[in-house]
Amino acid sequence: MKTMLQNREILLAVLILVMILLVGVITPDFLLPSNLLAVYNDTSILIILALGQMLVILTRCIDLSVAANLALTGMVVAMLNSAYPALPVPLLMGVGALLGLLLGVVNGALVWKLGIPAIVVTLGTMSIYRGLVFLLSDGAWVNAHEMSASFVSIPRSTVLGLPVLAWVSVLVIVIMVHFTRQRRLGREIYAAGNNPTAAFYTGIQVGRLQFVAFSISGLLAGLCGYLWVSRYAVAYVDVAAGFELQVIAACVIGGVSIMGGIGTVQGCVLGALFLGVINNALPVLGVSPFWQMAISGAVIVIAVIANSRAERKVGRIILKKAALHAG
Amino acid sequence: MSDSNPMFSLRGVSKSFPGVKALDQVQLDLYPGQVTALIGENGAGKSTLVKTMTGIYQPEAGELRFRGEAVSLDTPEAARQLGITAIHQETVLFDELSVTENIFAGHYLTKGRFKQLDWAGMDARARQILQDIEAPIDPQTRLKYLSIGQRHMVAIARALSFDAQVVILDEPTAALSHHEIEELYAIVRRLKEAGCAIMFISHKFDEIFAIADRYTVFRDGCYVGDGRIDETDEAGLVTLMVGRTVEQVYPKASAKIGDTVLQVKQLSHPTEFDDISFELRQGEILGFYGLVGAGRTELMQALFGVSRGVQGTVEIGQERVDIRSPADAIKAGIVYVPEERQAQGTVQEMSIFQNISLPQLSQINRSGWLNEEAEYALADTYASRLQVKAPNWREKVGNLSGGNQQKVVIGKWLATQPRVIILDEPTKGIDIGSKAAVHAFMSELVQEGLAVIMVSSELPEVMGMADRIIIMHEGQAVSEVARHEFSAERIVSAASGG
Amino acid sequence: MEKIMHKPMATSGLPAIGLSRRLLSWEFFLLLMTAVVFGLNSLASPYFLDPWNLSDATFNFVEKAVVALPLAMLIICREIDLSVASIIALASAAMGFTAQAGAGTELIVLAGLVTGLLCGLVNGLLVTRFEIPSIVVTIGTMSLFRGITYILLGDTVLKNYPESFAYLGQGYVYWVFSFEFVLFGVLALLFYGLLHRTNFGRRTYAIGNNPTAAFYSGINVARHRLILFVLVGLISGLASVLLTSRLGSTRPTIALGWELSIITMVVLGGVSIMGGAGTILGVVIAVFLMGLVTFGLGLLNVPGIVMSIIIGAMLIGVIATPVLLIKFKGRKSAP
Repeated sequence: MKTMLQNREILLAVLILVMILLVGVITPDFLLPSNLLAVYNDTSILIILALGQMLVILTRCIDLSVAANLALTGMVVAMLNSAYPALPVPLLMGVGALLGLLLGVVNGALVWKLGIPAIVVTLGTMSIYRGLVFLLSDGAWVNAHEMSASFVSIPRSTVLGLPVLAWVSVLVIVIMVHFTRQRRLGREIYAAGNNPTAAFYTGIQVGRLQFVAFSISGLLAGLCGYLWVSRYAVAYVDVAAGFELQVIAACVIGGVSIMGGIGTVQGCVLGALFLGVINNALPVLGVSPFWQMAISGAVIVIAVIANSRAERKVGRIILKKAALHAG
Repeated sequence: MSDSNPMFSLRGVSKSFPGVKALDQVQLDLYPGQVTALIGENGAGKSTLVKTMTGIYQPEAGELRFRGEAVSLDTPEAARQLGITAIHQETVLFDELSVTENIFAGHYLTKGRFKQLDWAGMDARARQILQDIEAPIDPQTRLKYLSIGQRHMVAIARALSFDAQVVILDEPTAALSHHEIEELYAIVRRLKEAGCAIMFISHKFDEIFAIADRYTVFRDGCYVGDGRIDETDEAGLVTLMVGRTVEQVYPKASAKIGDTVLQVKQLSHPTEFDDISFELRQGEILGFYGLVGAGRTELMQALFGVSRGVQGTVEIGQERVDIRSPADAIKAGIVYVPEERQAQGTVQEMSIFQNISLPQLSQINRSGWLNEEAEYALADTYASRLQVKAPNWREKVGNLSGGNQQKVVIGKWLATQPRVIILDEPTKGIDIGSKAAVHAFMSELVQEGLAVIMVSSELPEVMGMADRIIIMHEGQAVSEVARHEFSAERIVSAASGG
Repeated sequence: MEKIMHKPMATSGLPAIGLSRRLLSWEFFLLLMTAVVFGLNSLASPYFLDPWNLSDATFNFVEKAVVALPLAMLIICREIDLSVASIIALASAAMGFTAQAGAGTELIVLAGLVTGLLCGLVNGLLVTRFEIPSIVVTIGTMSLFRGITYILLGDTVLKNYPESFAYLGQGYVYWVFSFEFVLFGVLALLFYGLLHRTNFGRRTYAIGNNPTAAFYSGINVARHRLILFVLVGLISGLASVLLTSRLGSTRPTIALGWELSIITMVVLGGVSIMGGAGTILGVVIAVFLMGLVTFGLGLLNVPGIVMSIIIGAMLIGVIATPVLLIKFKGRKSAP
């Protein structure tokens, strides 16, 4: 019983492997290590965003503004780069992350200090942030030729066989595993989401943790702002429009409970990979890209149905024969 | 034992909620190395006091002193840092987290320069504490797989994991078996020897006289007296608690016992209760007694159609009924006044008359269009009869006191003209006046031919009101006693599994 | 406490609600705001007060406003539907194919309504049968319904609508009053009746305030919610009829992002996102307020995406304001 959640993750991993193999049967090239690496690399941004989103959902909130945050920070970074090509890229990444953090802080503060439901806050900031991209750019695009060479090339350059983009996601995964297992703050996020009343009784401030979760989600979205515009070598108003749904989908597929308190880093990463494999397999299989949206929608629905079974409350368990005999 | 200076004391503390003054200028002293029993009826303000002492509630007036210095407990964290810890009446823990984490949440052990969490250390410490209190629980189990008694032991282990100075036990024995209670006494004695100040809340006088050194009595949110336990006796305490003699409290009237209305056969639930059979006659009050978490509420909810996966048969007046939802139960003539008045009984934001008419809107407004005049008239009949105290029936239920809210719930059900009414802890947390009114009303109901099931954890109440008592223990009906055989010892011993 | 302790009055009749309580309501505040915006607009542009200009302006929000009515009831009932815009798209696709097959206006409209209803049924069944929070379900079906529209349409545009179909979104009933606008008026009255004058409406509030107590009072909560989801789907189908008729064509991106402005209308109208509170009157006023703001900004040549900033800020600002006011009164109390 205790390993249910872990079983779920194993199941998901097996499912992903089966999918990869099935695609490989039809197009053997898909199984080449270089291609699998490319699939991972392509999913990196989704993984990073999903991990930030997971923290928010763990605290019983939701962050619909991540894609708009990404678009805004991406535009700022791209415009800075085209105006001042001399600025070093790591500095720009830092600026992006900081700006993203700031946008996340705005969400978090509204939820924490004013007690406005997260869905209302982030629906609002989602359109504000997206609108700001337009105000800033005046609707114009920042194209590849306006970006400096290093701006575009750094995430693509390979270190130890892996592109920098993929390394960044690996780093984020490692940090998040540590954060959710070994840090007090990380554990308190689980406690706050699992039972806010009990958390309050134990001296854990639920609102503060929601603030922290939104801030981290914003920070990661800001980081992805740079990664996205450099990867696709273009910045415009509608960058990543609707991507927040993919991010939430990755969490839900990975077993993160929308009711809070349940979810793991590995599950979340697997959820993102699941979507990543589908997204990459469709063109290979010659399926029209128009199918992608419907498939991810169907996958979300199926995943939440699966989750709802696992999360069902167990009751008080009064009968001795029904209680787990531990000890 | 010398009466040294108190370790923790309260003076003139007040706290009110909309409609209720929960604490009114109360005082309390807790001494190091002594157990002080806090005594009072339900609704006397004990749980509010516990929450005030642990930083969960902030008092509006008054002073809290810790070791002689005035302190303010703005947050639960502040209370904990002073070493004030409580085991709450309802265990507030984290279902999805491990036992270890439930014990250490909020004060995790860390190691190294970077303050990593020390899981091995916490597991070892948790195992040690659980062993000390003889609770055979694996610290790595997730809490949701534990029984209610085991969860209580985890709550106790949590309180012991702090470097505690003041330990508050809010009815800790309500869900524990004999053996576990003995363990608890041993723990309390050890804490005493270690110099902790202990506050012990209990309804059971034998426990109080067994373990307490001092007592403080509250009544209706006010302090009424304190002293040394060896200078008083049970009668003295009861007089302080109630403010009058006990005989007056239960207006048991004799009603004519008629035919069987309800027949329950082999009702079982996968995790909550097993193989329950009983019958109920017209004009009868059937009491269900047991420890907290004996499965009484779960059984009643099953009868009312709330629970799923229930097996067995229910007959109303010889006819088998299939109850899958409260709507089915209401149609069959079974209604349920829940223990959780605010969460399950009333829609707090709606008015009295809207609450009363809610179950039978379709009967009152047959066309589907609201007829508020008719609803109001219906509500008027029952709210007046129950003497609900409100300016008019448009008043929001949330603005009423607990007792009046309870009357609204009862009125709502009487308006449906049921055959069986189930009252789950009907007087929990309401003032003495409303309590007497509810009891008097129960007598009236049975005289009119209704059949009543009363679930209660208050022994005097069940013994005072019931014609028969079924005693439950760990999900099973272990004993049944008729009124002429009532004896407190027998009932309590059966309820503890003896 | 004092007040409650009074003896019951002679209360055989239903007491009336005081005038002062009505004046202090959210609806009154909204009405005031609307009047202010109206005044500002008429000052800002001489073209504003022209009846035909005002009538044209209603086209920009009436289709959304139609969906806001049932969605308000759903949100009062503690559920939400984020898939409404995707339902509009899918219903529009269904109508496009029906039209392409040469069907008449009646059949086309029927196709739109039935598609909407079925989408609502899918949402409702998922939420009530599996007991899944509606926010995730409808995030999923939002992609699903829009995705199916993409699969069906690809990058084609369907525009073979018969001439008589155009009336629904472009015709006028009388003078400047368009069919859409009149239909919205009728629906607003119907929903007002449904929410405030029927058993169904009362149960909606009861469930929204306390689903457990409502269930314990014998209300079939799951069925009630299912009906509301179906109703939202059906009316989204109707909105799709109006929009498709007005545009005269169907693209997969039709009504993209509308869920945001529709939910903003509902929340601005005083409907609590936590359920249990809100009125149809409030939503109707909020609809006009948003319509006027959008129109006014249009007169000032503010681009659409900038309006979304203002709408987003309004959404947060309007909910934050009362909270801030209470905070600044400076009372600190425990939860």
